[in-house]
Amino acid sequence: MNEGLYVIRENRPLTRDMILLRLEGDTSGLTNPGQFVNIRVPEKFLRRPISVCDWREGELTLVYRVVGSGTAALRDMRPGAELDLLTGLGNGYNLGKAGPAPILLGGGSGIPPLLGLCRRLLALGAKPRVLLGYRTAADAYLAGDFEALGAEVHIASDDGSLGLRGRVTDLMENLEYSFFYACGPEPMYRSIARAAKTPGQYSFEARMGCGFGACMGCSCETLAGTKRICRDGPVMESGEIKWES
Amino acid sequence: MGKLSTVLCGIGLDNPVIPASGTFGYGYEFAELYDINILGAFSCKGTTLEPRFGNPLPRIAETPAGMLNAIGLQNPGADRVLSEELPRLRQLYRKKILANIGGFSVEEYAECARRMEADELVGWLEINISCPNVHGGGMSFGTDPAQAAAVTRAVKAVTRKPVIMKLSPNVTDIVPIALACQEAGADGLSLINTLQGMRFDLRARRPLIANTFGGLSGPALLPLALRMVYQVTRAADIPVVGMGGVSSAEDVLEMLLAGACAVEVGAANLTDPLACKRIIDDLPGVLEKYGFSSVEEVREAAKHG
Repeated sequence: MNEGLYVIRENRPLTRDMILLRLEGDTSGLTNPGQFVNIRVPEKFLRRPISVCDWREGELTLVYRVVGSGTAALRDMRPGAELDLLTGLGNGYNLGKAGPAPILLGGGSGIPPLLGLCRRLLALGAKPRVLLGYRTAADAYLAGDFEALGAEVHIASDDGSLGLRGRVTDLMENLEYSFFYACGPEPMYRSIARAAKTPGQYSFEARMGCGFGACMGCSCETLAGTKRICRDGPVMESGEIKWES
Repeated sequence: MGKLSTVLCGIGLDNPVIPASGTFGYGYEFAELYDINILGAFSCKGTTLEPRFGNPLPRIAETPAGMLNAIGLQNPGADRVLSEELPRLRQLYRKKILANIGGFSVEEYAECARRMEADELVGWLEINISCPNVHGGGMSFGTDPAQAAAVTRAVKAVTRKPVIMKLSPNVTDIVPIALACQEAGADGLSLINTLQGMRFDLRARRPLIANTFGGLSGPALLPLALRMVYQVTRAADIPVVGMGGVSSAEDVLEMLLAGACAVEVGAANLTDPLACKRIIDDLPGVLEKYGFSSVEEVREAAKHG
């Protein structure tokens, strides 16, 4: 965990509710794709935890969804303004488990951390395929960024306005793969758990107090014992999750 | 004595700043950012005799100038705290802790206290009779003078270490509870725990906290906490640790003027993990700004105020 100030270089909408935020500052606290940052926003007591989309030395990219007044306040901030961040929070995905042909499953606002993951998997010589699910064509974002990295991208949308009409899990059906990495809503995870042919990793979100393991506000029970989503997660192994029926 | 030093129930502190139980874990996360030996002391996560998972999620909700929590005393139980957490803590922390203890019966408080007090890292026992987030225990002992006294007596009977009773603000008058603890032998008091509250999720049309109610903490609590510390220190003779919404060195000074001998910092640690370090760093300058040469001098001023 690091604490520091970051300068906003870009804060612009990608769709009607997904915003890209590019920050300049110290990224040495980040070690794994799938980690998150916790941002102090104006007029709010609690910080807002947001996953890291991608980073390189001195520059951090987040893509967040405007869900309430805190993220709306963040959306309204202009380039040049400073933000107070805790960075390098959470465990992130384990790249060592990928095997030769992993699949990356992203749904809705869960897609961003898969971009940094994809870039690093490609750099390691793996051939990741990216399966993305959106509500409609108008909600699509980042798909071109995965393609620009050189990854194979498959898309589904709820209404069929982009790609296959259906869900991300429908895209899995005829694929062979070595491992899966998922980020999206929990109903999607339950579908993946039924469909998956290999082990994988899921990233969870929760209302958090601190975001770094002190308050126990986001604890969950797993087959591997009690875990704090913020500190021991947000990424969990498929084999340790207790699915609520 | 240093400029910032103070005394809590006969044990000297380098400064009056103590992270409050439940907002500092067992210290490791904060030790990634600063040397936690700069603290006056710290109150570790509340321990119960048996392990507890706590309440269902969501346990956290934001409020104007604060937050609600309904953790529900999640902890691995006294035996694992003693065999795993405290040995790990000892690797990075050389001072004493307040062992914060929760319970669901007088006997359970006493047994948990008996086990915890044996550890050399434990300087004080802080007995939580004020947790608003558990049923059939916690706060129910802190809202009735006779029950508060019964827990105090039972814990005092099993330890020679100072016993600090942590009081609830969820009462009509906190003074009779404080006096009942004092008469039952308490060495000190700490106050206030969180104030019970709730919020609604407008889209779902139901409470935001899964447990319905949660405990309010954060800056919103500061004036309420100051008032209660002031009332208690004027009625009781034993030392009082003040807490509730403290997030700056100025707030610490107010707590000392209200009569506290030391100050716990709670929710501020969650939003700013460097909060205690900043407060300790700022304290000498703030003392000077308001014409005090030492913490001891503020405490003297409070006695005559």
